[in-house]
Amino acid sequence: MYLARGAEAVLILEENIVIKERIPKNYRLQQIDERIRKERTRAEARLISEARRGGVPTPIIYDLQDFRIEMQYIEGSPLKHVMDEEMSKKVGHLVGRLHSIGIIHGDLTTSNMIFSNDIIYLIDFGLAYMDSSLEAQGVDVHVLFQTFESTHSDHEKLIASFSLGYRESFVSADDVMERVKEIEKRGRYA
Amino acid sequence: MKGTVLGIEGTAWNLSAALVNEKDVIAEVKHTYVPPIGGIHPREAAQHHAKFASHVIGKLLEEGRKKGISASMIDGIAFSQGPGLGACLRTVATAARALSLSLDVPLIGVNHCLAHIEIGRWKTPARDPVTLYVSGANSQVLAYNMGKYRVFGETLDIGLGNALDKFARSAKLTHPGGPKIEELARNAKNFIPMPYVVKGMDLSFSGLSTAATDALTRASLEDVCYSFQETAFSMVVEVTERALAHTGKKEVLLAGGVGANMRLREMLKIMCEERGASFYVPEKRFMGDNGAMIAYLGLLMLNSGSIISVENSHVNPNFRPDSVNVTWINPKDLEGDA
Repeated sequence: MYLARGAEAVLILEENIVIKERIPKNYRLQQIDERIRKERTRAEARLISEARRGGVPTPIIYDLQDFRIEMQYIEGSPLKHVMDEEMSKKVGHLVGRLHSIGIIHGDLTTSNMIFSNDIIYLIDFGLAYMDSSLEAQGVDVHVLFQTFESTHSDHEKLIASFSLGYRESFVSADDVMERVKEIEKRGRYA
Repeated sequence: MKGTVLGIEGTAWNLSAALVNEKDVIAEVKHTYVPPIGGIHPREAAQHHAKFASHVIGKLLEEGRKKGISASMIDGIAFSQGPGLGACLRTVATAARALSLSLDVPLIGVNHCLAHIEIGRWKTPARDPVTLYVSGANSQVLAYNMGKYRVFGETLDIGLGNALDKFARSAKLTHPGGPKIEELARNAKNFIPMPYVVKGMDLSFSGLSTAATDALTRASLEDVCYSFQETAFSMVVEVTERALAHTGKKEVLLAGGVGANMRLREMLKIMCEERGASFYVPEKRFMGDNGAMIAYLGLLMLNSGSIISVENSHVNPNFRPDSVNVTWINPKDLEGDA
């Protein structure tokens, strides 16, 4: 079953296994294209496992090939459908833990979080990378707040409860929240 | 849209002035600073602009008169307020202020990046595009959203054109290096892997430029030129595609001097075809820096009330396109396109 198609990959569900495959881009040389797709696929799989080891629920990786990852299918509802203040605090915990172990997700949205059996799973690490800088963490949180604003009417409350959770699990949380304010002022569409 | 606007461009090496009305470019006169050796020296370029400003504007007014537009019929003076080389910007701003005061018409401070987009929207069928703007100093992917042109991705260090020029100088090619690199790349035999740096939506070219210079010690100039182009252009096309996917827009507009490169156009065309998007390239005179684009955006801004006083007309070498309130677009006019 066809799940989704992004700018660089397709997602297919087969016998309860999710297959994410990076598709070739004909505008670039095959040598460049294969190298990039291979590097990114490997990096993504590594970061998903790394996050899991650090206590952030993510899908289990079953297999890794050149351009494709086979992973656990998380059956549940996208967080955007069940979002409330309590959930937002849990999201804060999760993102705080992720940032404590030096991972930036790169595309934090409530569509990239799945609520399943009382656990919030983080999915789609396609834009994730290792970085412990305040700027990277700030942009990560800023992107999430933007999706709060565009998809949830009570976004101010959600931001407040996110911050509570984030502070509880991440020692530099206050500095990051300061940076988030600064990033908002820049008006940069990150 | 009412009026005639005189616009002056001079952010870098091209000094260019134009008269524009709603229908077309009435006249355009330019004088380009060509460095005798090396790249653009900001002071030398500014001195060039100071030396030739009165000549360029005088000639423009004369050509305007021949087409029936006298100086007294000009409704506003627009100038490129930034981003650009500080000394060059200040020279052009001084000329614009003097004209505005002597003709007693409003002054309009134009963002150079947005002028590239707007002339593309004027001179091609593009209406609500994702714009890839690649020039010497700038490399950005922009698109309109809720009252502003947002920067979806941009270079974290130097512009793509600057990276090409830096490498060209190290290979003893004369300025501007881009066209020579394009020519040499056609005769390449091998591809050499080079750093491909896309961070999310952002780009970095400085390492690529260094790697290309380094590769000259063990590979032919043709092969290095080819590999440099293929790598750099793949990066900008990838970010453009991401912006298309993110915004759901259906058009791509190419702007800036590097846009003259045929291989870059070919890659963008393939990407757009595969995504079902339309690809637009303005004619060459409107791709690089030109006075017409400054005059045209000046006209749009004049008609939507975005004028400035002489006191507030400071230049801004780091003028960000996403800091400008887009007064000249009614979002309703774009509806149904996105």
